[in-house]
Amino acid sequence: MIGTATVYGLCASGLVAIGLYGLVLHPTPLRKVIAFNLLGSGTFVLFGVAARRGGAAGFLADPVPQAMVITGIVVAFASTALAVALLLRLQETGASSIETTPPEQQDNGAS
Amino acid sequence: MTLLPDLALVLLILTAAVWTVAVRDRRDAVIGFIVVGLLLSLAWVRLNAVDVALTEAAIGGGATGLLLLRACARLVPRPAESVLPHPAMRILTVLLCSAIAAGLAAIVLMPVEPPATLAPEAAASMGELGLGNPITVVLLAYRALDTLLEKVVLVLALIGVWTLTPDQFWGGAPASLRAQQSSGALTLLAQVLPPVGVVIGVYLIWNGADHPGGTFQGGTVLAAMWLLVMMADLREPPEIRLHSLRLLVILGPVVFLVAGFAGFWIANGFLSYPPAFAKPIIVIVEAALALSIAVILGMLVAGPAARAPR
Repeated sequence: MIGTATVYGLCASGLVAIGLYGLVLHPTPLRKVIAFNLLGSGTFVLFGVAARRGGAAGFLADPVPQAMVITGIVVAFASTALAVALLLRLQETGASSIETTPPEQQDNGAS
Repeated sequence: MTLLPDLALVLLILTAAVWTVAVRDRRDAVIGFIVVGLLLSLAWVRLNAVDVALTEAAIGGGATGLLLLRACARLVPRPAESVLPHPAMRILTVLLCSAIAAGLAAIVLMPVEPPATLAPEAAASMGELGLGNPITVVLLAYRALDTLLEKVVLVLALIGVWTLTPDQFWGGAPASLRAQQSSGALTLLAQVLPPVGVVIGVYLIWNGADHPGGTFQGGTVLAAMWLLVMMADLREPPEIRLHSLRLLVILGPVVFLVAGFAGFWIANGFLSYPPAFAKPIIVIVEAALALSIAVILGMLVAGPAARAPR
């Protein structure tokens, strides 16, 4: 018999794989950031599944992993904000892609 | 109980995730990501984690979505960007990612018996402190050090964003968040919603001691109201050289640290609270943290300074 936690556990496994695929394959930095966030969300849900299974002492779920996920979501947002700021700055200063550009061609990419 | 709604929700989440990664246009990808975030917050409710659901909806869907949409508008697309690697490479990646998914699924399908849990320890500190929401107890007492470090990470991230300011703009205000064409509906919303939103934010913070809610969720709602006002162009983002702004940014971590060190004298050590005053101390720390979170989140979305100081 498959329980609710297991269903969401499988969902989390899928999310991690989809996020990883996008992270590895997309050539655009912004798409990599989005895919990385999907991967992170999948990891958080895995924590949620562990929390739901660890319900004890009168709680429906273990509050410790849940609190860690809340912390994690906020930190993920902060790192996404830093990544986006770096991307915008990268565009201002030259190349807007992670592709290796020979130094002499960098000037052409500037606006 | 039937699993049908859960299966439908999981199917929706995975479809939206695949669409987010596969779709050609990056703006569509961001919208797909917001949809995943909102659907995930429903999943969190099903996992008995209402506090996480509130955070995911506010930050995972809302704030991150706004940040990414803004990045879409400001990043110039380049033609080479839509080219994906060779099909053989894609198939190999799909296979490897599927193997990782299978591995995780195997772990999920073979649970540990009995399940690992720290709930009894959290329950014990809950009894000492007289708070009713286990998540708040874990965040501010049982694992307070994690929360403190996370606040420091937030401040560091903001410093990181600010250091990307070009030299000539240092100390100035971030780029305006104004929508490209002004809309009467947005302006009206930004005039009507904030009073209600601020009350809801403060309610979430105050209520977080005993019910779902807390500093993060309340702080994010406050940040959302501020961002709405800035997007409707009723207020400009503040200049980053303002002392009052910088003071608000560090207020939360400083109050938390002071309360933490005070624990050496009034309780058993760093970040511990005397049982008689635990609740007032935690409420004061939470209020300061929520203010800082609201300001930091808003300024993180606004980005580095893009105008010379006036």
